[in-house]
This record gives sequence, C-alpha cells and structure tokens, in this order.
Amino acid sequence: MAEIKVDCRGQNCPVPLVETRKALKMAAPGDVVEVTGNHPASKKEIPMAVKALGLELLEVEGEEGGEWRIRIRR
Amino acid sequence: MADQDKEMTGADKVTIIVHSGDLDKIYSALIIANGALAMGMEATLFFTFWGLLRLKKGGLEKGPLSKMNMLGLGRLMVLRRMRAAKVASLEKLLSDFKELDGKIIACEMTMEVMGIRKEDLRADLIDEYGAVGTYVQEARGSAINLFI
Repeated sequence: MAEIKVDCRGQNCPVPLVETRKALKMAAPGDVVEVTGNHPASKKEIPMAVKALGLELLEVEGEEGGEWRIRIRR
Repeated sequence: MADQDKEMTGADKVTIIVHSGDLDKIYSALIIANGALAMGMEATLFFTFWGLLRLKKGGLEKGPLSKMNMLGLGRLMVLRRMRAAKVASLEKLLSDFKELDGKIIACEMTMEVMGIRKEDLRADLIDEYGAVGTYVQEARGSAINLFI
C-alpha cells in the first residue's frame, strides 16, 4: 500500500481540493493520501469531499488558521 | 450510489452555460466546475456567445473584467492581486478540469454567427459540438445548473 503526499501550502481555492481529488484518482484502493496546506476553507472542505466520495477520513490535524494535514484512505 | 445509478438519474452533475467571456466570470465558471469534480460530481461546461471566444487558440486569458475594467487597467490590477493571492491561472484550472474528466461542449450556432471555424478553437479540449438540444440533454438531469 502506497502513501501519496500532496503539498498544497500557499495554494488558494480551488487548488487544494482539486489536487486532493487528482491524487485520490491516481491512488489504488487502500492507498493513503496525505495533503498538507494552509488554505483555511480547504481544511473543512476536503473532509466534505472525502465524505461525498465515500472514502475514509483518517486524520485532520492543525491549528486554527495555520498549517493543516489531512490523511485519507482511498 | 453506484456509477450505473448515477448515469441513470444524472442528479450528481453540474452543468454551466458559459455565456460571458469576461475574465472574472470565466474564473467563476471554472472554479465551480473544478470544485464539483473534486467533490465527486460530474461537470459539463457549455461555451456559447462571448464565452466561446475564450476557447479560441490563445483566447483563454484575454477577457476583460465584467466591472471596473477601466480600459484594461482594472483588469491588470485584479490579475496582479490574484497572482499575489496565488490564485491559479485559467490555464491550470482548465487543464485540471479536463484531467478530472470534465466535459466541454462548444455551441455550433455561435460558431456560425461569429464566423468561428473548428480550426480556430482548441479542439483538444472540446468533447462535443452542439446546439440547444445538446445542452438540454446535459442539463435535464443536473442537480446544479448555472448561467454565467
């Protein structure tokens, strides 16, 4: 099982969401995608997308308004 | 929902008529469409009238601002602000849109009225050429339907 890292630090709407989707599309079932970023809205919108896609949200960490890290299992 | 069911209901789809060729409105259309694809929906853009000019070779970033264009001065200011805020370019948004399997339809009537030939357009991006019937078929089952 592979782990795919996506660095979206400094990127604005809608890039973190789109790059997450692109990585998930590339991933095989069971792979983990880890996204790092600091765009505030994406921290809550990426988990929304994960739910809509029916995938497993493993972890969301990071402080309010700062850098965050989200882990998703495809 | 299984993929097969999705095709039957078509409800999990956004269809956008891109009528305006204004820079800011092309941004809105592409951001919404890419957001929809990222959230697991299907997305179709129907380019018509002034919007279709943006699919001409070299035309994507050429649109004026819908407000406060000020002979292009406002447009330059907004572009500079966007670069500072690290907003993606329209080229990146369009290439992401295609990479996530977004669909583009070019309006044939606009091509006729404005004298645009297929070879003037970026054929690699266009999935289909059609008229109102093609749009209605796309839109009739779409949960989100916008005119921009």
